[in-house]
Amino acid sequence: MNMLAFQPMNLNAIADNFDISRPAVSQQIKILTECGLLVIRQQGRERYCEAKFEGLKEVADWLEQYRKLWAERFDTLDGLLDELMAAPKKPRSGKK
Amino acid sequence: MTTKNETILTAEPGKQELFITREFNAPRELVFRTFSEPELVQRWLGPCNMTTKIEKMEPEGGAWRFIHTDEHGNAFGFHGVTHESTAPERIIRTFEFEGLPEKGHVVLECVTFEALPNSRTKLVIQSVFRSVADRDGMVNSGMEHGARDSYAKMDELFEELLQKA
Repeated sequence: MNMLAFQPMNLNAIADNFDISRPAVSQQIKILTECGLLVIRQQGRERYCEAKFEGLKEVADWLEQYRKLWAERFDTLDGLLDELMAAPKKPRSGKK
Repeated sequence: MTTKNETILTAEPGKQELFITREFNAPRELVFRTFSEPELVQRWLGPCNMTTKIEKMEPEGGAWRFIHTDEHGNAFGFHGVTHESTAPERIIRTFEFEGLPEKGHVVLECVTFEALPNSRTKLVIQSVFRSVADRDGMVNSGMEHGARDSYAKMDELFEELLQKA
């Protein structure tokens, strides 16, 4: 993605930059395309990859929302743990 | 309270899993209990604009189900089975949101509790989805009826708990 940030590149040029096989590179590119992070454009006989940073931002947005949901739950849990640690030890049945 | 512990979410593009990591200033025996005892789970799991009911939470090998209800009476159910519950180190269970258009979008959750020095605990939740689309869809639905103005309600809960203690 870093390489593509500056310019669209054709598939061979991308593959030359990696130590992995051409099919493995294609597989990675396919995944990134499915995620909306890359688009492939046909130009004459060459296929060029272009980075789509809007897609990346979308991913980051929903992840951040989801992370916040958990962060808020865990903040509540912190309070509960503080309370449990402060309380004298009770048998489980007395904890209702 | 001391400095806040950070909640870290890791979800690589194109993968079927995600990780949630968080440390707690409490021993893992206690953190484990807040994940395994229904009356404790109920106190922190729910989104703040909803009431949460733990309908059942059976021991290892048994089923669990909980329901979030919003102020309009819309109910969101979740259920699954506890595959393993080994105190105080880990819980492995399945998880399914009942509000999806079709059944079967089940998630495998592995929750591990690692003891850290000074009676602290590192929690890692690994969620493995059936597909990348499932994972991304789940995260999206989680945020829709998930975390809205939660803090106020949590403060109330803390106060109530502190008074009881």
